[in-house]
Amino acid sequence: MSSLGWSRLQFGFTITYHYLFPQLTMGLALLMVVFKAIALRKKSPVFDDLARFWGRVFAINFGVGVVTGIPMEFQFGTNWARFSNYSGGVIGLTLAMEGIFAFFAESAFLGLFLFGEKRMGPRAHFFSAVMVFLGSWLSGYFIVTTNAFMQYPQGHAVDPGGRLVLVRVADYLLSPWALWQYAHTMSAAVVTGAFAVMAVAAYWALMHRHAAHARAALRVSVALAVLSCMVQLFPTGDQQGKLVARHQPAALAAMEGKFDSSTHAELAILGQPNVDERRLENPIIVPSILSFLAYGWFGAEVKGLDAFPRDEWPDNIELLYFAYHVMAGLGTLLFAIAALSAVLLRKDRLLRTRPVLWVLMLAFPFPYIANIAGWMTAELGRQPWLVYGLFRTVHGESPRVSAGSVAFTTLGYLGLYAAVSIAFLFLVGRAIAQGPAAEAR
Amino acid sequence: MQSLWYFLLAMMLVAYAVLDGFDFGAGILHLFVAKTDEERRHVLAAIGPVWNGNEVWLIASGGVLVFAFPGAYAAAFSGMYLPLMIVLWLLVLRGLSIEFRSKVEHPLWHAALDAVFAFSSAVLAVVLGVALGNLLRGVPIDETGYFQVDLFTNLNPMNPSLGAIDLFTALVGLFAFVTLAAHGATFLVWKTSGAVRARCLAFASRAWLAVLALAVGVTVATAAMQPEYFVHFTRRPWLWPLPLVALVAAVFVRRLLATGREGLAFVASAGFLAALLVATAGTLFPTILRSTVAPYSLDAYNASAQAATLAIGLAVWIPAMVLAIAYFVFLYRSFRGKVERMDPPY
Repeated sequence: MSSLGWSRLQFGFTITYHYLFPQLTMGLALLMVVFKAIALRKKSPVFDDLARFWGRVFAINFGVGVVTGIPMEFQFGTNWARFSNYSGGVIGLTLAMEGIFAFFAESAFLGLFLFGEKRMGPRAHFFSAVMVFLGSWLSGYFIVTTNAFMQYPQGHAVDPGGRLVLVRVADYLLSPWALWQYAHTMSAAVVTGAFAVMAVAAYWALMHRHAAHARAALRVSVALAVLSCMVQLFPTGDQQGKLVARHQPAALAAMEGKFDSSTHAELAILGQPNVDERRLENPIIVPSILSFLAYGWFGAEVKGLDAFPRDEWPDNIELLYFAYHVMAGLGTLLFAIAALSAVLLRKDRLLRTRPVLWVLMLAFPFPYIANIAGWMTAELGRQPWLVYGLFRTVHGESPRVSAGSVAFTTLGYLGLYAAVSIAFLFLVGRAIAQGPAAEAR
Repeated sequence: MQSLWYFLLAMMLVAYAVLDGFDFGAGILHLFVAKTDEERRHVLAAIGPVWNGNEVWLIASGGVLVFAFPGAYAAAFSGMYLPLMIVLWLLVLRGLSIEFRSKVEHPLWHAALDAVFAFSSAVLAVVLGVALGNLLRGVPIDETGYFQVDLFTNLNPMNPSLGAIDLFTALVGLFAFVTLAAHGATFLVWKTSGAVRARCLAFASRAWLAVLALAVGVTVATAAMQPEYFVHFTRRPWLWPLPLVALVAAVFVRRLLATGREGLAFVASAGFLAALLVATAGTLFPTILRSTVAPYSLDAYNASAQAATLAIGLAVWIPAMVLAIAYFVFLYRSFRGKVERMDPPY
């Protein structure tokens, strides 16, 4: 494999691994603020317990998220030097802003939140929880904006040396792609957070333990799950799809496995793309729906891959197709689970409906898979470009780094993260086993 | 505008060295000044709430470097590929060893993570010094604006085939190691009590002598290697007081420690580091990455983003720094004084 191939593998692996943690902490940060707010208003020890219990899980996740995030920021330079040199004058702004605005707030107040409860009053402690929440959501914004620029470059110009410069800051920071992608990403993080809380509460309920905590946790998390799953599908998912249709039509065609342009374009529910023969095998399709979803009316023409030269096709159409379908399928399933649980919340029927509790307990991996699949859709759909329409991935790598060096460090990351995973699962397992009533340690 | 950003970035890196420096130092000393589990918790509780914030100065500096000097960021990080990856792995291990230690009550778990913490802190201190050494010595940037150095080749800094580690950069690495250990000891004297404090006190007074000796050694070695730096230095009168400040600060640390003014001793220790690093940055200016292949050095002008972009950045940087400093003041105030029994154990 070339050093470019190794670098892509390394970035893909390290970013996928990294994002297992922030998606939970960003979602959980919101849930913890809600728990702390209710605890403060109602003087309810149950909600304080929940905030502290999830604070312990949060801390473990946050720690892994921080340390696996540091390599991401530096990988732009180590593995993608030409890309950083080309685009640093634009995307450097948000990378720097993430550090100076978000990380300082997050790290300082996390220290206070985790270790300062006894030194501060309850109000100051609540304030630290809010600041951790704001810091982590702000950090998400800057990163999504960076990615949105790579998907749909806005606010830039090209200088005489052929490098990007930032000319319209507002267009860059507030591009429609950035705003919708941010809303879509953050509500997806809330889905992960809510389903994690639901899973543990369902476990307590099934085991007949911590009844008051299970009830309180379910009420908050089910409500947030329904809300965030809904926002996921409409409007954010819908708008995101329309943006892809308008600005990355080749990506849309590949996501749908659509090889031939047509009006009244069909939506593929299932099927396997056969790129060599340019067809979808065993398709189950719904006619005209894709035209409607992409452009708002059933007769709209949707371009197939045939409308684009082969060297502008995404380079892994199979994976892109399945990533997109897994995301959309799981998104729908999660909404159904959340909606059913919400209906059962009335008169606490959920606590007595054991089959649904079982589903909730076991469903928590799905949001993780959907989140990762969603990012894979965005990133594979962007190929073969690093900055869409401007700069190709093949031109972005570091000129002097050998394939051997990148292979070495890629394997190093695999080994290191394998060890981290074992410690992480062990610690989270213990924290959950200790339960919500355990004394903070 | 480029020169302004050069100094803003240098300031952030100095803040990083001073702040994360003391928790690296605490890590280096961890196994030696704290013997029992309780003493080790004591050390970790002293840095626990703040180490992550300190490390953010590095991440934020990285972000500012991409933004203001993308050319230098791209060349330095890809050219120093392996050393940088090793830094990243050590940062991963070090962060997790601090955060995970207290989560399990088991003597072997504690022993293992203490060892990881001490090892990663020690190697990181050396590697940061080696990085500084590479900035001073220069790297073989060519007309493409890129370079690649092996981790080590033949250890000779005058040999055309350069490695990241050679005798000169290793000397700077050793200097960083001893200095950060002394800095960390000074911090721990200030924040801890009992046996840990006593051991740190005994170590610090000896270590600061070694720091002074090594400082002279590194200065002489740099002068021998790159006489041009002394031309720069003598032409910039505003730099002249800095070595004196560093010297006085280092001498004062020992005196202040001996007379029990621990907080001031830490300030003096931080002053030593800051004065030395500011003098270095001031001497190097405007060079960011010196090339051993003239005339391809990357400096504040040929590696920077456009002036208009930099102006936009300034409007963002100033409020962000005001906020960041406010957070840090609040954070350090909340955990002021010695580590207490009521603090959650680490």
